[in-house]
Order: sequence, then structure tokens, then C-alpha cells
Amino acid sequence: MSAQSILAARNLRKSYPASASAFGEAGRRGIAVDGVSFDLARGETLGIVGESGCGKTTLARMLLRLIEPDSGEIEFRGDDFLAARGEKLRAMRRGIQMVFQDPAGSLNPRMRVGAIVGEPLAIHEPKLSRSEQRARVIETLAAVGMDAATLSRYPHEFSGGQRQRIGIARALILRPEIVVGDEPVSALDVSIGAQILELLSRLQRDFSLTYILISHSLPVVAQLATSVAVMRAGRFVELGAADEVLTAPRDAYAQSLLAAVPSFPA
Amino acid sequence: MSVLLEVRGLTVELPTERGWVRPVNDISFTLASGETLGIVGESGSGKTMLSLALMGLTPTGARRSGQAWLRPRNDSTTSRTNLLAASDREMRSLRGGEIAMIFQEPMTALNPLMHIGTQIEEAIRVHDARCSPSQARRRAVEALTLAAVPEPELRARQYPHQLSGGLRQRALIAMALSAGPRVLIADEPTTALDVTVQKQILELLVRLQRELGLAMIFITHDLGIVAEVAGRVAVMYAGRIIEEGPTRDVLREPSHPYTAGLLRAAPRLPRGVLTPIPGSVPSFDALPSGCAFAPRCEFHRAECDARVPELFEVNAAHAARCILVSEAVAR
Repeated sequence: MSAQSILAARNLRKSYPASASAFGEAGRRGIAVDGVSFDLARGETLGIVGESGCGKTTLARMLLRLIEPDSGEIEFRGDDFLAARGEKLRAMRRGIQMVFQDPAGSLNPRMRVGAIVGEPLAIHEPKLSRSEQRARVIETLAAVGMDAATLSRYPHEFSGGQRQRIGIARALILRPEIVVGDEPVSALDVSIGAQILELLSRLQRDFSLTYILISHSLPVVAQLATSVAVMRAGRFVELGAADEVLTAPRDAYAQSLLAAVPSFPA
Repeated sequence: MSVLLEVRGLTVELPTERGWVRPVNDISFTLASGETLGIVGESGSGKTMLSLALMGLTPTGARRSGQAWLRPRNDSTTSRTNLLAASDREMRSLRGGEIAMIFQEPMTALNPLMHIGTQIEEAIRVHDARCSPSQARRRAVEALTLAAVPEPELRARQYPHQLSGGLRQRALIAMALSAGPRVLIADEPTTALDVTVQKQILELLVRLQRELGLAMIFITHDLGIVAEVAGRVAVMYAGRIIEEGPTRDVLREPSHPYTAGLLRAAPRLPRGVLTPIPGSVPSFDALPSGCAFAPRCEFHRAECDARVPELFEVNAAHAARCILVSEAVAR
């Protein structure tokens, strides 16, 4: 792990029972993530690109310790993330947060926006007073371009782009160092997706964030990534500097993925 | 090329709690055999409602007006058909027989409890009552072969869930083409698919369209896809066509600020600077009085709010609904 590295994964593996149907062979296991390793430096953006079923979401969930890998190591800020327990685990978890694809599905429809964005604070910083909590929520909503009037409204009152901003505010309120975005713009229209990508880029500068951006779309990943991993069947088939992977990939599958991107007339 | 489908002033109105709204507003275009018209728009542009109106599938309570003239198969003997005036019974025979549609999500368009082949046979026999069961079976396998489904006999005996997303979309294309329609509407047919599969489906549609001389309406939100499949493009915003012309011209030199904005907002390779369009698409019950894009437009002026601009000609083939175009032409 290099000096300015914030997150490192070593040989992560995750398998699951393959017999999804009742008639599947007993004991056979499918491999979702098959030996993934990378180093991520502070302030960088790692883009992970792959098609459905390649294991990219499983990988993201392991990096957040939402699911446990079968084997491998994750080092976060120089500490063993997988061995962390109790208070130490809680503190590490605060530092790495997730933004989801579908802002409608990831926000509780019965909660007001103020409570949705403030909930992580209530859990992780219960000693904050009500007014301090409220101030943090307002400040965080402002950072994503939403005003204080938002607080008392419900998610359904907002457009898809606004709901994604609310989801980002919820991810940022604990002041994480790493944000993992799982297809953060795929459910949005082009003109709105561009607003969210611009917002993510500004927040990265303002809050010195490190990003992991997961997407099926090379052009979307290209907007933010400093390094790009192409994932297929649980493995990184290519990992390198964004400009190299996006212009001259060496792996045959990465090449076919690049060739499949519709091109605009020059 | 002679005109196969001529749409004039197509308008769809839907009742809402706050009165009637117009998701499709005064749409006109023509389409020739062997031609693909791309229709580009974001959600809420009315692009899907437009295709449902042509298929006679607008929701209950909707009002349709305008005309959609379909040229007869045999030019001299019969008069042309207005799809919008066809009775339910006529429409049942026109759907599939003359104009067919494929959808974004093949899984929801297919019956999960029926073999793929049986579903195609059913579509064939609706349009050809004299077709025997064994003929229908043979024709269903032919349709799957046409859509480049590998092992068509095997696939015909399988259920939709046994097929991959790409194969399901091929099966749906086979079904749509099984009764020999002349017009194919493809509504975001590759949006749910992986990019490598998307590429194969786009290539298939372009090939079939050429081989069968289909007139195709290709609906998408993706400007890059339009560039690959459509010779002409119409850009929709808030229910209206706001720009139309040859795809290359529209994408290289857009004349409407919305089209230009969409192009600047679309991530592409090699990466460039993304410029988002501020604001969001207006809802149909709160449209501005003048140009619907005016509140988001960098060139907005007082005149824009006076009335909805007409489609001004940039040249004989290219038009845009923006007063800047009328001024540029006048100069």
C-alpha cells in the first residue's frame, strides 16, 4: 500500500450457491467476484465498468462491508477493514458511503427529506442537539443544490434528479472520505444526468472525496474516472489509467466493449 | 422514395385532475419505405405516447386528432387508410399486419407461460386464419431464423425466461415481423440491454429494415444510437417536434438550443467537457405559454414567451422550432 493510498483491495473473492433453481446441482457454487485487487489513491476516481452480472455491484457491496468476502483483504486508511469490530468498524464505515442507482427506491417514501438526510447523523452522532443536526442537514442539502424548504417535503414531491441529489446528501452528511456510486446516473435523463455528474465532480473538489464509480457505460465513467477497471465474470480483465483504458485497451473484451459504444458523427 | 406513412397534426390529449394535457401536440412527419426516422426525446417528451397513438393503443379516455395516412399495398386499387380513424376491428388487423411495435422490455411484452414459438404462431394466425397449425409452426421458426436466433427450432419450444435478454428481444422482433408489416416502431428496443448486445440488436434491425424495405420509427433517448440507425431525426420536447432534419446535419449543426444542449450534456468518448442543461422538463399541465424550452434556454428573450414558435426552415430538409432560426434565415 503506497503512502497516499486510501483504499486497497487484495484478491477479493465472493461465491454464492449456484443452484438458484430447485433442480440445480447441489454444492455447485457460482463465483461473483474472482480475485479482484486494486489500490486507490486519495482524491482519485476509480471507474469500474462491466455488463450485467459481471460482479461489479457485489464488489461494491464488499467494499462497504455490506456483504463479507469469502477471502481477500481490504485496507482502508491503512487499517484492516475486514478485521475491524465494534467502535472501530463503526468509525470506518462512516468513512465510506454509497450512492445508489434508483433514487426513488433508495429513499424511504414515508420519511420527510430532513429525516432521510439526517438519519445517518442520528445513528452515528446521537449526541448532536436537534438544532445542530438540523444545521448539518441544511448545510449538506445546500452543498448538493437543494434549499432548506426541502426538509419538510417527501421524496415523491421531487423529480428524479432532485431525488438523486437528496441521496447524495444522505451519503455526504457523515463527511465520508470515499463515496461509492453504483450507476448513479443510469436512471436519469441525459440533461439531468449531466447535472449530477457535474455535481459529483464539484463535490469531489470541495470535500476532497475519493470516488469509486460503477457503471455499465464507458462514456459515463470517462467523465470522472482517473483510473478504469473493466470487469468481466468477476475479474478485472483490464485496470489502468483512464486515458489508456478508454482509448487503447489491451484486453480483447475491453476492446469489444469500447467498440460497442455508439459513436456520434464527427 | 414515395411516402408510405404520412402523419399530419397528430395530437393526443389525456384527462388529468387539472384538465386536459397534450403529451403529443401537432406532430407531422412523413416516412418512406426503407427509411428510418429517429425520434429522440427525454422522459416526458411524448415520444412513447406518439407511437402508442399510431398503434391505436392510447389509454382509455384519451382523445386523438389528426391523421396518419398509410399508403395501400397496391397503389391503384384501394384508397389509403387513416390509422387514426380506423375502427377497433380494422386496427386489430392493421396492428401486426401493417404496423408493428417492439418495446424496451421484452420480458414484459412476452407471455411468460407460453412457448416462444406458440406466441409467434398465435400472431401469425391472427392475421392469416387459413394458415394451418403446421404451417404456422414452420413460419414461426422462419421468423426466428430471420431475426438471427440461433437454433430456432429449439428456441421455439422454450419459455421466455429460458432466453437471455438479447435473445428475448430477437424473439420479439421475430414476432413483430411475423405478419409482414410495412412499418416497424422500435421504442427504446436496446435500453435494457448490455452495450455489446445492444450493438448486435441495432445491427439486426438495420439489416432487417434494409432487406425487408421496412419503414422504421426508432424511438430513443440516446443521440449516439440515432446516429447509427436513422437517416433522419426528429427531436421532441414537451410533446412537440422542436427540430427535424437529416441526422448528420442535426447532430453536427443543431439549430435548436435544446438539441445543442442535449449534445453538450451527453457523455461520450473520447471524453469532453459536459455542460448540463439547467432546470428540468416541464410537466404537461404546467407548460409555458410560448416556447416550452424557454425557461431553460440560454438565448431566452421576451419574444420567446409570446407564442409557440413554428418550425422554421434552416434549409429544405432541416427545420427547428426557434425564433433564432427565423432571424438567421432572414439575415
